[in-house]
Amino acid sequence: MNSIIQLSIVQLFIAYGLVVLVFILLKIRKIPEQKLLILATLRMSLQLVMVGYILIYLFDHQNPWLTLLVIFIMQIFSMYTIFKKFNNKLSKALKRVIVIVFPLATLSVLFYFLFLVIQISPWYDAQYFIPLAGMIVGNSMTGVILGVSIMNDAMLENRELVEEALILGADIKQASKAIIDKSFSQAIVPTLNNMLGMGIIFLPGMMTGQILSGVSPLVAISYQIGIMLGILATVSLSVILILYFGSKTYFNEQSQLKT
Amino acid sequence: MEILFEVSNIKVKSILRIDSLRIYKNKVTCIIGPSGSGKTTFLRLLNKLHSPDEGKIIYQGQSLEEIDSVKHRQHVVMLSQKPVMFSKSVYDNLVVGCHFSNKPIPPKQELQTLLKQLQVNKEMDDDASLCSIGEKQRIALARVLLLDPDVYLMDEPSSALDQTTERMIVDFIVRKTKENNKSLIMITHSDDIARKFADKLITIEKGMIYE
Repeated sequence: MNSIIQLSIVQLFIAYGLVVLVFILLKIRKIPEQKLLILATLRMSLQLVMVGYILIYLFDHQNPWLTLLVIFIMQIFSMYTIFKKFNNKLSKALKRVIVIVFPLATLSVLFYFLFLVIQISPWYDAQYFIPLAGMIVGNSMTGVILGVSIMNDAMLENRELVEEALILGADIKQASKAIIDKSFSQAIVPTLNNMLGMGIIFLPGMMTGQILSGVSPLVAISYQIGIMLGILATVSLSVILILYFGSKTYFNEQSQLKT
Repeated sequence: MEILFEVSNIKVKSILRIDSLRIYKNKVTCIIGPSGSGKTTFLRLLNKLHSPDEGKIIYQGQSLEEIDSVKHRQHVVMLSQKPVMFSKSVYDNLVVGCHFSNKPIPPKQELQTLLKQLQVNKEMDDDASLCSIGEKQRIALARVLLLDPDVYLMDEPSSALDQTTERMIVDFIVRKTKENNKSLIMITHSDDIARKFADKLITIEKGMIYE
């Protein structure tokens, strides 16, 4: 293996040149997202520098409580992001379902992956725990946002169909089945498409990062396969559970659609 | 006469207010009144698709609040004014209610005969969403008839039909109701139909009942 090329500050600044190109493009075409571009670039840079230093600290000071604290913060931020994405369009009951189910689903898959697949030791090893938790929680968050958004819209747009099913004697599971199935399949399609193109159309980020940092491609591949299966499982599990329990929140205890 | 529904002191926002009303079993009850007067809301209350803000509805001696909503709707089936088709074939739309309530699916021949009786010239595999509004209304009616419930709640079952077909359809519904000892509560826009077929006539105006 060749030694790793360390990126200097100057080299990073050259990379920022690409953002300048995008900025000029937006300016010429008078596309209003110029401020957002600057904000996103600054935030991404600051957040990554900050997390870099935090990770160095966590790796050097291995502590179960610190690892758990980071996982807790990840969960809180991901749920906050989900709620924010919907701009108060979610009912309190649906939020409650997300708060209970999201951590349960993501942590189950994370623990399965860390303890049964990788078999880390000590169990709180931050080097494995935190990056893998990030991938699992982050991907689940994206899946849940997509799934809940489709379900929420469908429950409003297809109100007549749901009500017609109730009129014809359906229980709430039967009345919302088509919407849950549609929302679920659309929410996992991006992950499945990702898996289809992986290795041929693109090299996944985690694998690229590992290879660039000098890890053998075979080791990187085995991790990538494992984490993709973990992501598929966590997205599927968190989305289906939130859709299943969340769909009940659109009905009252008399099996009537809430107004 | 056996009481089917007994309604007392019902209030639904400012839409509907009923102090007292009795509907009898095995009878044809017609409801008339101007649009927006609360007729559909009343039918939805009887189907338990909606609950009143105040008051009580008794169904065959038992408070509607205490009856399981899903089971109730399988016995007291409603036909909506606007026919809603699931984006599937005519066949799927006909049998969907049987699936929901775990009732045996009738053979295709029987379904085809029922459609013919209702003057719907469609094949079982045809896309129901492409049918005309009048055809959809009759497919929705057939779907309700197939469920063979104890009580039919019908919200203008023939509103999208011409006068001759309308008469034929209402006559068919009433005949089915009487032959099978069922009860029918039907909203109609036609005073003539109401007077011809009703054993009991109810008028709803501005949310108030006049018998």
